[in-house]
Formats: sequence, C-alpha cells, structure tokens
Amino acid sequence: MSAMSRLLAVQAVLLALLVAVAAVALFVGSASLSAARVLDALTGRAAAGSIEGVVTLSLRLPRIAVAALAGGGLAVAGVAFQALTRNPLAEPSILGVSSGAAFGVVLAQLLGLGLSVLDVLGLSVFGFAGALLAAAVVYLIASGTGGFGVQTLLLAGVIVGIFFSSAITVVISLVDFNRLGGVIHWLLGNLEPKPGGALALFAVLAALGFWLVLRRARELNVLALGEEAAMQLGIDAERLKLRIFLAAALLTGTVVAFAGPIGFVGLIVPHTMRMLLGPDNRLLVPTSLIAGAIFLLIADTVARNVVAPAELSVGVITSFCGAPFFVYLLRTRYRAMT
Amino acid sequence: MSALLECRDVHFAYGAPQGRRGRAFSLTGVTFTIPRGEIVSVIGPNSAGKTTLIRLLTRVIKPTTGTIFLDGRPLGGLGSWELARQVAVVPQDVPAAFPFTVEQLVLMGRFPYGPHRYFESEDDRAIAHDAMAATGILSLADSPVDALSGGERQRAILARAIAQRPRLLVLDEPTAHLDLRHQVQCAMLLSRLNREQGMTVLFVSHDLDLAARLAHRLLLLVDGRLAAAGTPAEVLEGTRLEEAFGCRVAVEAGPAGGAPVVRVDWSAPPLDAASERV
Repeated sequence: MSAMSRLLAVQAVLLALLVAVAAVALFVGSASLSAARVLDALTGRAAAGSIEGVVTLSLRLPRIAVAALAGGGLAVAGVAFQALTRNPLAEPSILGVSSGAAFGVVLAQLLGLGLSVLDVLGLSVFGFAGALLAAAVVYLIASGTGGFGVQTLLLAGVIVGIFFSSAITVVISLVDFNRLGGVIHWLLGNLEPKPGGALALFAVLAALGFWLVLRRARELNVLALGEEAAMQLGIDAERLKLRIFLAAALLTGTVVAFAGPIGFVGLIVPHTMRMLLGPDNRLLVPTSLIAGAIFLLIADTVARNVVAPAELSVGVITSFCGAPFFVYLLRTRYRAMT
Repeated sequence: MSALLECRDVHFAYGAPQGRRGRAFSLTGVTFTIPRGEIVSVIGPNSAGKTTLIRLLTRVIKPTTGTIFLDGRPLGGLGSWELARQVAVVPQDVPAAFPFTVEQLVLMGRFPYGPHRYFESEDDRAIAHDAMAATGILSLADSPVDALSGGERQRAILARAIAQRPRLLVLDEPTAHLDLRHQVQCAMLLSRLNREQGMTVLFVSHDLDLAARLAHRLLLLVDGRLAAAGTPAEVLEGTRLEEAFGCRVAVEAGPAGGAPVVRVDWSAPPLDAASERV
C-alpha cells in the first residue's frame, strides 16, 4: 500500500470516528433530552426557543466545534514543536508556550476584549504574541547552554511556564476580581460555545496554522536528521525552523485564546499516532488534526457528564490522562535520551 | 580527466563564538582539485580542518575568501537543491529521537529531486530500492533505524546518500564506529561504487592504512593548511607524518607496488613540538 493510500485509509477511519464521537456528544449532556428531541432540533422541527433547540443548536453543536478545533490545533502544534525541537516530549503546555499565550490573553481580557469577531481577533493576536514570547524565551534558554538536550529544553519550558502562570496570578490579584471572574475556569480549559463569527475566525486561524505545518511535513522529516544534514539535502534549516516556530505559536495562541491553555493534548495525540503510524510527519500532521479533535471531544464529553449537573474543566481530564502518559514515555521510550 | 571539484585558495575562519574549545580553527589558502571518478582521502591530525573542509564543500559554511568550484561552476552560484543533487554527505551517525525505518531514511535522499512533492514518486522509490540493494540492506527496509547494529546503520546512512545519486560522495570518517569486518565491507562497497558507478568519493579518515588502500590520492591537512597532496606513496612519508601527527612512525613500502603501510611506534613518547600544538 502506498503511503498516500495508507494516509487516506487512516484519515477515513479517523473521520468516521470523529463523526461518531460528535454524534454521542450531541446526544448526551446534563439537560436530559431524548434522542428524538435532539433529532427534531437538528432537522429544524423544534420550535424556535424550545429547550431542545437551544441546547442542541446553541450549546452542544458550537461546543463540539470548539472542542474539535482546539483539540486538532493543539495536536498539530505538538507535532510541530516536537519536529522543531527534535524532542519527542516537547508540547505547548510542557514548553510553557500555552502559559505565555494565556498571559497574553489575560492581558487582552483586561483591556475589555469580549466575544465579538474583532475582539476575538484581538484575543488571538495577544495569545499569538504571548506564545511567541514564551517560545522564544524557552528557545534562548535551551540553546544558550551549548547543547540542546532533552532535559534542558523541558526544564526551560517548565521554568517559563511557572513564570507566566505566576504573572497571570499577579494580574488576577491586581484587578477587580469580578471582571476576570471566568479566568480561573478558563485557565483550566473552557470550551464554552462561541458566537458564529468568532467560531468562523477560530476555524480560519486553526486551518492556517495547520496548513503552514502540513506543507513543511516532508522537510520536517529531513530536519529530524539534524540541521546540518537537512542543509546538505537542500533545506534552508533556519527558515524552516522559523516558519514552524511561527505556525506552532499561531496554533497555540489561537487555541488558548478560544479555549484556554488545555494541557497535554499535543503530547498524547501525536504519540498515539506515532505508535500506530511511525515517525513520518506527513502522516502525523493530518492524522493528529483529526485524532486531536476526537480526543478533546471525548475529554469534554466526559468532563460535562461525569459530575453532572456540575461540570469539570476539560483541562482536568487531559491532565489526568497526560501526566501519567508523560511519565510512561519518559520511563520507557525515551529513557535512553534522558 | 577534468576536475569535478576545485578549491582555489580557500580560507575559512569560524567566528569567535563558534570556535570550539576557545580556539578559532580555520583553513588557510587551501588549493586542490579532485578529478572525476577518483577516490580521495583527507587525512590529518585532530582539528586540522578536515570537518571544516567537508562543511565547506556542502555549503553548510561559506569560505571567508577563495572559491570552490564544482564542475567548473562556483559552489555559491548553485541552488540548494541542485547542490544536494550533486554532493551527498555520509555523516557518522543519525540522531535517534525519531526512529524512521531504513526505507524512510533512504527515501529522504530523494528530497532534492522533488522538494515540492508530498510523498516520493515511484521513481524515487525504485532508486531508493536500488540504493538499499547496493548496500545490502534491502531485507532491513522496514526496520527502524535505531534497531540496527552499528554496521547496518552505517550502510543505511550510506544508502541514503547513494539515493541522492550524487556526483561527489563525501564521507566523514566512514569506518569510525565499525569493527574490522565492517570496515572491510565498507571499503569494498566504496570501491565498488567508484568502479561501477563512476562515483567520485572524498572521505575523511583517521585510519591511514585504510586511506592508503582505498584512495587514489591523499590530501594531508595540518593546522588548516594543505601539507601534502598526491598518491599514497607520495604523501605517506615518514618524516612528514611524524611532523604532522607528532609521533614516531615507520612507513614501509607495500608489497609489489601496493599502498604503503604506516606503523606507529607505540613505545616512543609523542614529539614535543607536536604535543604542544595539540
């Protein structure tokens, strides 16, 4: 089977899974609606303003879209950071990039940016800037020490993450708490439905980031051989790294602006795909997009229902999965590297 | 025979921060030509500039002054993909962070032939297949690179470079990690590629006997200067080697006009002048 048909086959299976998971997410929730009433709402037979109409179309459906976009975006950002740093344990939250983005978004919220399309664009720009800043600092710390080892990079990420988390706490403490009432919830991942315009913008930015990584997927494979080897195969390594750096920061910043700094998705999803498909980025980038959407959608459905009628933040679920997963990777597959 | 590669008065100095161990290594006025179809070995003590020379030939770094010509054209004027189609490098090892399969690794050698392609073409796959066959690793095509033995991995890396279909194959200490059996295997493989495919080969080696047996000509680099160039019999001369490497050696003529054999006197202390330099 050629690589292309293999990719298409895996992608088809994943898409079918995504549709199935989305369907489940649409039919379950704290508002107990029968399947028939959800179907009514979906097919437009529910009365305007009816409970099933509002819950299905204005709450569950947009939330599914946010979860899918955020999960896909974070997973692709994970693949990108791993390829960029040639470190399989790199990931937006572990590298502190999510925290940097969150700091940017908190600052933007302080300026009063809300949920209109322009405001959300502003939030994304701040998130992007925060992600860039954090990633640049991590990069400088890690590369300044001569080596670019696995531990140095991860430690730099942890330090930068702690710094920006503290900065967020400072900001929250200084301002009127009511104005940032939702921040605490958002910091653990908040997939609350967004208005249509904002959602469309989210989709466009996520698609842009995905596309920027996808078209460099083959070059990222070669980069795994080292920068010098990549140059000897005709790749401008510095330019490639800058492009992927920007794309990964864009993905992280955008997702954080829309859904909060949800951790570990960029670790769990790419590694699961790597176990199934191997290290080829041309397979990992597109499949991680869909698998990331599936993963976060499942995590959110669990978060919404496990303590119903209350709900958990989705970041709690991803962290409960991600932390042991990280330890597993550290203790088994990458033992030799550390 | 026309020259495939020509270095004309090449100087190179690393910027101060890049100079390893606080010293800026450099090349000074290096001039030589490599005729098409030859096997040439670069020898010399540590930090003589051998690796710098390789990096210059592949344009990872650019000469401070002087020009390198490939087939009569200045290296600086070639596009990066075009250069990668002409010159392939065999590094000592591959990083193990992402264990690609042997076939995936070898296929990477096809990148400069279709950089805009998402997946390699059927032609690319056929060429990669031939490269794996030539190095005897076809049966390992689906094995992850990190599961191979040192000798197998070396052949996989070599196959990747061969899949580049280069006119000049550059190797950085190809036998450094190999045991005797695999050293012989590697030498025979290079010799065969040269004979059967007319590939021009340039390799850096610390193994003077290997260099003498395999190469048509030797380049001796000492302190960034080209100290000698010529056939093994011309270059491998006792006094010159003692000066270059700073230890006592005896060079014996090879049997029946064959390559000379270098014997190191392990009991004599290193020469003073040279040990200061190191």
